[in-house]
Amino acid sequence: MTIKTLTHLQRLEAESIHILREVVAEAENPVMLYSVGKDSAVMLHLAKKAFFPAPPPFPLLHVDTTWKFRDMYALRGKAAQEAGMQLLVHQNPEALERGINPFDHGGLHTDIWKTEGLKQALDKYGFDVAFGGARRDEEKSRAKERVFSFRSANHRWDPKNQRPELWRIYNARKVKGESVRAFPISNWTELDIWQYIHLEGIEIVPLYFSAMRPTVERNGLLLMVDDDRFPLREGEVPQMRSIRFRTLGCYPLTGAVESEARTLPEVIQEMLLTTTSERQGRAIDHDQAASMEKKKQEGYF
Amino acid sequence: MTINDPIYKTDTLIAENIDAYLDAHQHKSMLRFITCGSVDDGKSTLIGRLLYDSKMIFEDQLAALEADSKRVGTQGHEIDFALLVDGLAAEREQGITIDVAYRFFTTEKRKFIVADTPGHEQYTRNMVTGASTTDLAVILIDARKGVLTQTRRHSKLVHLLGVRHVVLAVNKMDLVGYDEEVFDRIVADYRTFATSIGITDFLAIPISGFKGDNITAHSPNMPWYTGTALLPHLETVEVEDSREQAGPFRMPVQWVNRPNLDFRGFAGVIVSGQVRPGDAIRVLPSGKTSTIARIVSLEGDRDLAVAGESVTLTLADEIDCSRGQVIVAAQAPLEVADQFETTLVWMDEQALIPGRPYWLKIGTQTVSATIQPPKYEINVNTQEHLAAKTLDLNAIGVANVTTDREIPFAPYAENRDLGGFILIDKLTNRTIAAGMINFALRRAHNIHWQATDISRDHHAAMKNQKPAVLWLTGLSGSGKSTIANLVERNLARMNRHTFLLDGDNVRHGLNKDLGFTETDRVENIRRVGEVAKLMTDAGLIVITAFISPFRSERDMVRGMMQPGEFIEVFVDTPLEVAEARDVKGLYAKARSGALKNFTGISSPYEHPHAPELRIDTTEMTAEQAADLIVARLIP
Repeated sequence: MTIKTLTHLQRLEAESIHILREVVAEAENPVMLYSVGKDSAVMLHLAKKAFFPAPPPFPLLHVDTTWKFRDMYALRGKAAQEAGMQLLVHQNPEALERGINPFDHGGLHTDIWKTEGLKQALDKYGFDVAFGGARRDEEKSRAKERVFSFRSANHRWDPKNQRPELWRIYNARKVKGESVRAFPISNWTELDIWQYIHLEGIEIVPLYFSAMRPTVERNGLLLMVDDDRFPLREGEVPQMRSIRFRTLGCYPLTGAVESEARTLPEVIQEMLLTTTSERQGRAIDHDQAASMEKKKQEGYF
Repeated sequence: MTINDPIYKTDTLIAENIDAYLDAHQHKSMLRFITCGSVDDGKSTLIGRLLYDSKMIFEDQLAALEADSKRVGTQGHEIDFALLVDGLAAEREQGITIDVAYRFFTTEKRKFIVADTPGHEQYTRNMVTGASTTDLAVILIDARKGVLTQTRRHSKLVHLLGVRHVVLAVNKMDLVGYDEEVFDRIVADYRTFATSIGITDFLAIPISGFKGDNITAHSPNMPWYTGTALLPHLETVEVEDSREQAGPFRMPVQWVNRPNLDFRGFAGVIVSGQVRPGDAIRVLPSGKTSTIARIVSLEGDRDLAVAGESVTLTLADEIDCSRGQVIVAAQAPLEVADQFETTLVWMDEQALIPGRPYWLKIGTQTVSATIQPPKYEINVNTQEHLAAKTLDLNAIGVANVTTDREIPFAPYAENRDLGGFILIDKLTNRTIAAGMINFALRRAHNIHWQATDISRDHHAAMKNQKPAVLWLTGLSGSGKSTIANLVERNLARMNRHTFLLDGDNVRHGLNKDLGFTETDRVENIRRVGEVAKLMTDAGLIVITAFISPFRSERDMVRGMMQPGEFIEVFVDTPLEVAEARDVKGLYAKARSGALKNFTGISSPYEHPHAPELRIDTTEMTAEQAADLIVARLIP
């Protein structure tokens, strides 16, 4: 008998597909949270594989803040269509009405658009399981997050009351009102994600590749002026720089890195040689040391 | 600082030829391992060291680490690697459940997933959780302390969970002057103990996580050690592929893929063996056979799939197969059983309640199960077997488990996926225990369902009738046998195919070994239930006349039948009326004490709560009762 040695990417893929299928087998009304970023792209690709030849049997949900990069909006609809999936977009009507934005409202922006928006959307459609693209290597508090993470009826996470997960067995039972966040790519690292995108030829937002883009510097972050809503200071002129993004969110909150990496191998090359960790580019984590843990307890993904 | 230059630097290749690097790194294998030992043994320092030496620490993290080391570190001005991984210490202060944390690092040859769990006794469940998915365990020993109680506990748990490779890392060698004799003594101690619990093979390495000795490369401080360093061993130890693939093909069906009428695919993870189109398979527990038609994937059909892969299979024949069933190599079926001896690790604050039904999830199947009182509890520190009535949080014990239906399985020692299960509380939905099947009990062993082509529907159709069980229950002398006989005569006149099972008659043959104790009465009814079930499968209308005094057994028989096929007829005759009739003179005997365990006199009769039909024999004749029953069956 010839033994076929599975590579680490094949093992990770098999595990993720198993998780995706397990949720579909046990959930009543699942949904996949889709942020248009590279992790979402990988998760969506895995879903296509898991359910082929059927389209993934759940919709995509984008909790929109109206402040994403224009390139992200462009890819969003296309990706959903190619996967044969319904795309749901939710914008928190209250945030829309109050004009909540990252320039004037600071931390409130994420809180109202994303945390509240997500809860609203899940309640509105009655989703009982939501797939998320979080990875355990991103940050300390995520290293101990379960693959199936339970939320109370008001979406709170109770770290004291997590279920043990043994072998490949996931306990998805819940009472009415409770919901689950399921993380199929928990065990992937940033490098795994990039290698898989490279190997599988997955389409990602062009912002991950370097190009000349208009930028300004704010609080040590290099921000891209993606549209005319960006309030420039007196005399401030956006500078063209060769930049790319290692992670994507709301454009006024996402720091770019100066780079010449224009292809995927070059991006990976730069990532491997780089000396700062991925989340440093996100303003959200700088708030306070345990910020992610706190946000999660409140219902942020 | 005494940090060595990271050996696993691949910067040159990355910088000079990224495509070559990517090609090499897409073919890495993966190893999951667990580190066992407490913070005092230097576990966090070791993990931090592995992350650092494999270059998984970024500059911003290192800067934060250096700052933290100066502020709260325990290593003077040197970097305290433990701070990198010690989210756990903080958790303890916050009162949060001490947990399993997963760390990741990559070298030239492998990706590693490290399960990092606290070592103390009150965290046994966390360690069990971490060990359940790992191929290898690194058991840390402080060279100054030698083999301790906790070393023994960790080793026992690792062995229990079936972790195949054990590394004994004798740490802090720098603090004992890199003394060979200290190392040899500890290894000899450990070997004696390990052999006693069944660990036949382990690799002992003298290390210093703090100084970096024998971590990535052989240490010049210990020239007397001629073996491999830790990381090179982790990179080359055999992964599970060959063992997993060498076994016969098994795939629990996880999800049936049915996008349209023309496609029916069975999705799941292959947990053993290999599969190719054309292979003969069997579906368990139904026993139906077919052959593999296709291995379907997004990239096109495949000609081979192996253990560890998530696949979608189609079969050549349209046979019933759903989530929870297992597709296996036709020539090597799995055992199917409903009673098992198991080893349980209790994980909940609420202790085990023997006899209470819990959900049992094994593979992709969830069934109802009850646990018998433990045979014994294992003291993991001393290996002693202790008498136990229950299992509390973190207790490990051996107990028999009964499931409400037969499930395909393999002993845990053979296959983790087919022998490992969790128990779920039906009320709180919490995962309350992890279990491992040791072996199946009783005659269920090694018997498979042989699928037959003529189905029960077919049998019934040939007889032009709907099978049913008319279950007459009531006191001795209530008139059950008389009424049952009339019912069968009426049905025979209507050309219905029937069979009458009478209590007294059955006790002359099938059940002549049984007496009238409560246990024997339960077994009497169980056997009659099984016979009645076979007869309904054959399409017959079965009429039974048994006292069947206990509600739970009547309900058990009801549960064995198809919904709607069990018709409970309560032949209601008051005790004094039955006793006054005393056709067989039994009541007189019972009253005199010559007959023990007589229902109504010295043994209870439990009235049905909601029978399909109640016959009051004080108000109607046997003929009227029979007409009523037949009318209920054939309106």
